[in-house]
Amino acid sequence: MSFLPKPKFRHPAIETNDLGFSHRDYEGAISTLCAGCGHDSISAAIIKAVYELSLPPHRIAKLSGIGCSSKTPTYFLGASHGFNSVHGRMPSVLTGANLANRDLIYLGVSGDGDSASIGIGQFAHSMRRGVNMVYIVENNGVYGLTKGQFSATSDKGSKNKRGVVNTDSPIDMVSMAIELGATFVARSFSGDKGQLVPLIKAAIEHKGAAFIDCISPCVAFNNHEGSTKSFDYVRAHNAALNALDFITPRAPITAEYGEGESEIVKLHDGSQIMLRKIDASHNVHDRGAAMAAIHKHKAAGEIVTGLLYIDEEPVDLHAHLGTVDAPLNTLNAPELSPGQAILDRLNAALR
Amino acid sequence: MPIQSVNDFVVRFANVNGSGSASANQLFARSIMRMGVPVSPRNIFPSNIQGLPTWYEVRISEAGHMGARGNCDLLVAMNPETWGEDVEGIEPGGYIFYDSSRPVPKSAFRDDLTILGMPLTELCLKRYSDPRQRQLFKNIIYVGALAALLDIEIAEVEKLIGEQFKGKDKLIAPNHEALHIGYDYARANFECPIGVRVKRANAVGDNIFIEGNAAAGLGAVYGGATVCAWYPITPSTSLAEAFTSYCHRLRVDKDTGQKKFAIVQAEDELASIGMVIGAGWNGARSFTATSGPGISLMQEFFGLAYFAEIPAVVFDVQRGGPSTGLPTRTQQSDVLIAAYASHGDTKHIVLFPEDPFECFEMGAQAFDLADRFQTPVFVLLDLDIGSNHRLCKPLKWDDSRQLDRGKVMTAEELEAGKEFGRYLDVDGDGIPYRTYPGTHPKRGAFFTRGTTKDEYARYTELGAPYVRNMERLLKKFDTAKKFAPAPVQRKASRKTDLGVIYYGSTGPSMDEALDLLEKDGVHVDGLRVRAFPFANEVNDFIAEHDRVFVVEQNRDAQLRTLLMVECGIDPAQLTPILHYDGTPITARFIRKAIGEAINTATGGGRKETIG
Repeated sequence: MSFLPKPKFRHPAIETNDLGFSHRDYEGAISTLCAGCGHDSISAAIIKAVYELSLPPHRIAKLSGIGCSSKTPTYFLGASHGFNSVHGRMPSVLTGANLANRDLIYLGVSGDGDSASIGIGQFAHSMRRGVNMVYIVENNGVYGLTKGQFSATSDKGSKNKRGVVNTDSPIDMVSMAIELGATFVARSFSGDKGQLVPLIKAAIEHKGAAFIDCISPCVAFNNHEGSTKSFDYVRAHNAALNALDFITPRAPITAEYGEGESEIVKLHDGSQIMLRKIDASHNVHDRGAAMAAIHKHKAAGEIVTGLLYIDEEPVDLHAHLGTVDAPLNTLNAPELSPGQAILDRLNAALR
Repeated sequence: MPIQSVNDFVVRFANVNGSGSASANQLFARSIMRMGVPVSPRNIFPSNIQGLPTWYEVRISEAGHMGARGNCDLLVAMNPETWGEDVEGIEPGGYIFYDSSRPVPKSAFRDDLTILGMPLTELCLKRYSDPRQRQLFKNIIYVGALAALLDIEIAEVEKLIGEQFKGKDKLIAPNHEALHIGYDYARANFECPIGVRVKRANAVGDNIFIEGNAAAGLGAVYGGATVCAWYPITPSTSLAEAFTSYCHRLRVDKDTGQKKFAIVQAEDELASIGMVIGAGWNGARSFTATSGPGISLMQEFFGLAYFAEIPAVVFDVQRGGPSTGLPTRTQQSDVLIAAYASHGDTKHIVLFPEDPFECFEMGAQAFDLADRFQTPVFVLLDLDIGSNHRLCKPLKWDDSRQLDRGKVMTAEELEAGKEFGRYLDVDGDGIPYRTYPGTHPKRGAFFTRGTTKDEYARYTELGAPYVRNMERLLKKFDTAKKFAPAPVQRKASRKTDLGVIYYGSTGPSMDEALDLLEKDGVHVDGLRVRAFPFANEVNDFIAEHDRVFVVEQNRDAQLRTLLMVECGIDPAQLTPILHYDGTPITARFIRKAIGEAINTATGGGRKETIG
């Protein structure tokens, strides 16, 4: 498969954002995934989120591992640098990139094979370190590129296309992320753009480790009866805790909600999330409550979605390390090489 | 006849790990250095923190021979467990100094040895009540005794103790006291000095005494490294730790306390190299420090960095392999895995420093090479130079030196419409331009991948662009020959058709061996290789000699293989001289091995070389 150019033609009256970019400026190459793939919906949601946030596309760096999901960064944000790295190792590459230049926005895209199997170690440690990033797992419970093997997020009892039943317990990535110290944890569904787009926006504005587990059915290998990651199954079992409206500092809050049905969550840059509570009892600021909600719904055979946990005052890796404000990749010899006079002193102390 | 030798002998301390002997032993070595006599100390230590045998060997050599010599002239036997083998390793007519608090049967000694028994434990029990003090001061007491026996100026030892405990002045007097307990006892009970002794000289000059790992870590500071991701592994750990410590001293903004560096102790070597490559992709100078097992783990990433053309610096402090092998012993056995790291067709720039001075120089230069060639650069130290203090030339830096960032296209150039093709060879040297992420709003973005792509970084699986790219990578590698450190020639005193190629920590022993061979009438030209890809001088050197020895510290003659393959050399022309038992190679070994090889080949001598 060679590079597919996309026609540059656009409608002259196309809508633009605050920076004068249209959504076309945030698109990438034409997708080579299967028609109807959930991943393409996530790419579209990313494009919409970044467009609506009016972010300059070149200030985003998109990184991925290997697999169907990891191919998707080619299909959005064509004006951003992208890095399709090594299977399961996106988190470390992203961490290094982030250390080099703290000023860019880092978007890590991975899959359930990439992050829950081969890359579970790196996933875990990037959460622990609080790398400032948006980490999206496009979770379809199956290895797509190698044609349909179970992945580590496949539910026990789920059937593959040939009728084989999975006997291994699934890895629940949101539980792990919460446990490991991620400061923004959500689950969503590629078929629910209304929920996913504001979650991605909020995750981008969150200045810490933001993790979104996005169930994204594989139309080729995991969308059949008996699968717990099919469109039908997820729609039938989706238990949304909340829905979000992302509000930029400039936009007035217009929607009105009844007492106890909503909550305003303030983000670092002054923007806000209007949280419409579907489950009024869920407290998004409480790790324990988030874990309890996950377990409760899982026991009821439901897939809990929405914003599960947020720490409004996250501390990221750069803060832990105490690095300078200027990106490290902009420092040069005068700032970095101490010079001969200091070397003379060091030499003298070594005699 | 007891050995008589001034400023040319070896003292070996046999200790128990964790007994606090390391600092006392180093005090001993430094005090000799302060008398103007070069020393080269070596730690021989087990993979253990407490309890197992450990040795510290100090070669005293006014001639400045820094390589290991083999055997010892004076054994300081502080570990009964290794007594037997330790006594065996003393040269005929040597000396043994031991703790005589408990009787040792006469049969445990050799007839030819001068026996110096001192009741160290007894003296300590008498003077100290605290068990820890008993242990620590015992070490200082034997240093005092050795000062008397070897005629080391006690004032130099006292001065060093003062420097060591500067700021903790309370500790100075008790240490001086312990030192004198030993010194006075020895003077009262032995005939001091003994046959091996130290005499003040002026052979140290302005040389410095530093470990290769520390020098390499400092080189990374001077070379502008800002990101270090690493995972603890012997014997490389002290390199990352030295970088950390120098950064805290030299790279913290005085006003804000903010750091001009980021160091992450990663969860494993995979994450270490992943972070290094991510940072390199994003324009920061980044490195990792590791050893053989770490190199094995990083293989997949090296291929990515080679193929996607991302700078990365890797310090490999080699130890004995394969597997966990000899984890605390030295070897040069990662040459091939570094040169050809990863699956597929790959070749990497490899540097071979011989001492701390070069660890510093190459430690800094590696970053220029990595940026210039947009590729991983390996700096191959080994345990012998990495974790031992070594005398070397003082470190130097040219203050006008800038970081060579290589070909990076700027926002201004992109704005002006300069053509950008990430993998396009515009200058004919195989090196394309790159852009840092976030450079320009509309131009210069590209997608980095380990999969095949065309000159403009567009995904393709077609054969022709793949082959073009692979050929360009070869051209780029060839360009690197001119930038990498050139080999160093050492001509024999007369014309000869024998040559020897060597590299890295073998340098000092080889220099000494060449001197010895000259004395034997064997004239050999030397060439110390300092980098891969090999400069053309390497081919020329081999062509100019009928027979070339390749001296290495590994079993499989790895550099020889690389020479055969890369320079197209007939194997018959390259004679391997191999030493790989985990101990550092010695001049004695090389002299003997080369001598034997010549005799075997010619049936007793070559007229033109043995005179």
